[in-house]
Amino acid sequence: MRVVVLLPGVLRSVADGRSKLELDIEEPATLAGVLDVVAARYPMLDRRLRDERSILRRYVNFYVDGEECRRLDGPATRLRADTEIRILPSVAGG
Amino acid sequence: MHLLAIGTRKGLWLATSEDRVSWDVRGPHHPMTEVYAVAIDPRVPRVLVGVDSSHFGPSVLTSTDLGETWQEPDHAPIAFPEDAALERVWQLALTPDPDVVYAGTQPSALFRSVDGGRSFALVEGLWKHPHRAEWGAGFGGQAVHTVLPHPDDPDQVTVAMSTGGVYRTFDGGTSWEASNRGVKAYFLPDPYPEYGQCVHKVARHPAAPDRLYLQNHHGVYRSSDAGGTWESIADGLPTDFGFAMVVHPHDPDTIYNFPITADSNRFPPEGRCAVYRSADAGDTWTALRTGLPDGFWTAVMRDAMCVDAASPAGVYFGSRSGEVYGSADEGESWQRIVEHLPDVVCVRAAEV
Repeated sequence: MRVVVLLPGVLRSVADGRSKLELDIEEPATLAGVLDVVAARYPMLDRRLRDERSILRRYVNFYVDGEECRRLDGPATRLRADTEIRILPSVAGG
Repeated sequence: MHLLAIGTRKGLWLATSEDRVSWDVRGPHHPMTEVYAVAIDPRVPRVLVGVDSSHFGPSVLTSTDLGETWQEPDHAPIAFPEDAALERVWQLALTPDPDVVYAGTQPSALFRSVDGGRSFALVEGLWKHPHRAEWGAGFGGQAVHTVLPHPDDPDQVTVAMSTGGVYRTFDGGTSWEASNRGVKAYFLPDPYPEYGQCVHKVARHPAAPDRLYLQNHHGVYRSSDAGGTWESIADGLPTDFGFAMVVHPHDPDTIYNFPITADSNRFPPEGRCAVYRSADAGDTWTALRTGLPDGFWTAVMRDAMCVDAASPAGVYFGSRSGEVYGSADEGESWQRIVEHLPDVVCVRAAEV
């Protein structure tokens, strides 16, 4: 099935300049599974999003059809066809 | 050309000069990343920088055109193979072999590169050390912040960490021994433990590799047996607290230190900015403050002082208040190179 990942401007340089990734994912699909596909294609993008334990970086938010994934099941959040994952840096830093 | 790299909590600045008087300061490179580690290899020349984005994590980048362009590998240059994650690179240390580069990290670990710093592998002997569970975190985090490869023997490396102290290997990193005999840990019930000290910085001159100088979390020390034992050289300094310790590029007996009043009072004594220099390996010290300001209510961090390799030697330091001072005459006189930068956490200088 197909899902869409929307990237913020600051991360497009590590995704061949793309703002939107359309990915074909095997079912059953989870957020972590999508990020694994992202990692295979754009490893530098993946490590902006997750550390080497595949833990989501604390100050990066992943909105799954409008809901931040940590209010759902985190990386294990199940996805349906045409899910939109919007990645946004959180409000942090000084 | 002289190159001065200035790592701050919000990016890297690169300053160039032909005469070490007039500086062209450019940046920020890698804005909004914390730059705790930078190295300049004048043999290539090449600049290596450890960056840490609060959003997107840490990395190591290299430039062979003095910062015009930066290269970052697709895969993480430094990554833990086990259940740990890199938080920050605290030290990038060059060796006599241009391909071999060490990285000291948070959490406390040592990584080794054999491809000039593009990729690193964990030095497992230190990571699996039985003491590791007891290494603690100071305010700055638990880190190997000092890496001193031996100038002649690639099997010998000395590291320092906070907390934990000094460790040495003589077999290329397979086994490590704590080397803190005589270094005080006033904050522990046993003030002279085998390990657990909060060592802030260790410095060594390549022409005298058995001589080490150490700035401790209270205490300034010298070793004449490559870290086997330590003796105090704090007499003659106004205070034994501080972070920086630097050796002159051509004289193993000349060292520079930036005293800070105390753990509980992290300003230079009386708010007077002063570098202290010893020309006799720490037996006596002289304050150097010509051109440096009073009312300096800030501090100099562990890697925020350095020397270049020129003659006479250049000495440089940066402050948490975003100022960088330089001396082109071994510390006799100083000028401000730049101000209003973010907190300076590391500086490195070289001729390129």
